[in-house]
Amino acid sequence: MSKVQAVRPLNVPAVSPRVLWTAAAVVAGLLLLAYLVAFDQGAVSQSGMFLHELMHDGRHLLGVPCH
Amino acid sequence: MSLTGRAAAPTYGAILLRGLLAGLIAGLLSGVFAYSLGEPKVDAAIAIEEANSQAAATPAADGHSHDEEEPLVSRDGQKGGLFLATALYGVVMGGLLATAYTLLRRRLRTSDDSRASLGLAAAAFVGLVLVPFVKYPPNPPAVGDPSTINQRTISYLSILVIGLVAVWAGVLASRSLRAGAPEWLRLVAGLAGFLVVVVIGYVLLPNIDEVSETFPASLLWNFRITSLGTQATLWLSLGIAFTALLSRLGKRRESVASAPEAESVPV
Repeated sequence: MSKVQAVRPLNVPAVSPRVLWTAAAVVAGLLLLAYLVAFDQGAVSQSGMFLHELMHDGRHLLGVPCH
Repeated sequence: MSLTGRAAAPTYGAILLRGLLAGLIAGLLSGVFAYSLGEPKVDAAIAIEEANSQAAATPAADGHSHDEEEPLVSRDGQKGGLFLATALYGVVMGGLLATAYTLLRRRLRTSDDSRASLGLAAAAFVGLVLVPFVKYPPNPPAVGDPSTINQRTISYLSILVIGLVAVWAGVLASRSLRAGAPEWLRLVAGLAGFLVVVVIGYVLLPNIDEVSETFPASLLWNFRITSLGTQATLWLSLGIAFTALLSRLGKRRESVASAPEAESVPV
């Protein structure tokens, strides 16, 4: 059974409630991580200003407003 | 992920994993760009910042006034931290792109998966980078009034949302035409829908210009262009890496589905 087809479109999982809830949780986690990089000043990371200062140059060059 | 002989759709987890990996790659690549081209501008801006604050604090010091407080992270540390920041930022955007792909793939009117994922990445670049860049261009150190940071942060987040809504409005507008409408008319309708939202956003959000008279114009320009280049590097490599990883996933599933007994496919 040789299937010599052109590139078959890649299916994606049906958007079931389960996928939706998982996606919502993932997005929430990712946004928290984005907050940590872009805006946190120690309140979430509990590292004082260490992480904030460490990622200082990245924020400027990624275009996030900073001090 | 289970690779049965039946052609089952890849799971959200499989797609997400590829998005996160593509984001890590893209973040590191944009970190290389920002490190080699952006750091000299950051250094120059910090030199101006320090000269300004020294001139303000000690007008006639003995020439060598050290900062009272030791910085929490040295300049070298911040240059290394740049890669951490861009890598994490890339991972976030990769995860969001993979999630958007999973949820929106069926609504994108193309049978070509590569076009779908590249199109989503391009849309995100327009909405999250280009639209904000024109309204609130990035600023180097020494530019910006610290007392307005909350206002500027809220405005920046607002323009990100407006950028994404504008792209969405453009797609809706181009799809609102009748079925046989010519391609150029769809493009015009899409641009119009996009621009309406962008213009409303630009007008409603406050203007921010905190560049001092004395900050060198060429340094500001070069910094902003490099910052745009950093984001362009990130989204271009994210789109390509995610698309490439997805197509490998598709190929592997295809060959497993058609020849379950065949020799193992390189992963």
